[in-house]
Amino acid sequence: MDEKIKKFLYVNRKAPYGTIYALEALEVVLIGAAFDQDVSLAFLDDGVFQLVKNQKTDGIGVKNFSPTFRALGDYDVTKLFVEQESLDERGLTADDLQDIIYEDEDDDWAEKPSIRIVSRAEMADVMADQDVVLSF
Amino acid sequence: MSYDVNGTSVEHDEEGYITNLADWTEDLANVIAKAEEVDMNEEHWEVVNFLRSYYEEYQIAPAVRVLIKAVKKTMGPEKGNNKYMYELFPYGPAKQACKIAGLPKPTGCV
Repeated sequence: MDEKIKKFLYVNRKAPYGTIYALEALEVVLIGAAFDQDVSLAFLDDGVFQLVKNQKTDGIGVKNFSPTFRALGDYDVTKLFVEQESLDERGLTADDLQDIIYEDEDDDWAEKPSIRIVSRAEMADVMADQDVVLSF
Repeated sequence: MSYDVNGTSVEHDEEGYITNLADWTEDLANVIAKAEEVDMNEEHWEVVNFLRSYYEEYQIAPAVRVLIKAVKKTMGPEKGNNKYMYELFPYGPAKQACKIAGLPKPTGCV
């Protein structure tokens, strides 16, 4: 297996409910995780709402899939970039987002946060650094 | 298509996964297991119950390698390995155990 590992970035720009984009993106990430690539997720614009904690969807009759983000670490997906400006524009802070952690295999299984808040300029660098960018 | 559990019928899809997750009971699990030719013992139940609590927490049925890793973490390496899990569920620990646990087909099982 000397095939080159590619860097995949899944860009999430839409609110979690109302359209199927957010849920489908997450399913694609989980399925794609089987291929042992370098996977990151980006959350910007209304996509930042996907990570807000304490979501309750009973009133709109759809499944609350936000707990599934916490399973990403089990799938070796440990980089969730969230754009600071998108949070600011929506009156959100890092404290409004759920805690998502992963266990670092190379550091005695220490628990580390998967969410990384980055500026718009840093997000541009993250995107420029990828081999494949998939937008949802 | 449906399973018959003590006279009541429970709908399932063409692969045998139940349609409505709320229909699940332990009796149903035994009926599905019989259809899968799995003879349920304590070890099988341990995995089935583990999957149900994984689903409860994360809202997904894990892919097989994720399941085995998670079992290894919580139940130890003597159970969290391919050999042990495939001996319990010969047609795939994730697929078969999820079916018996009344969960959807695992996400990430291509």
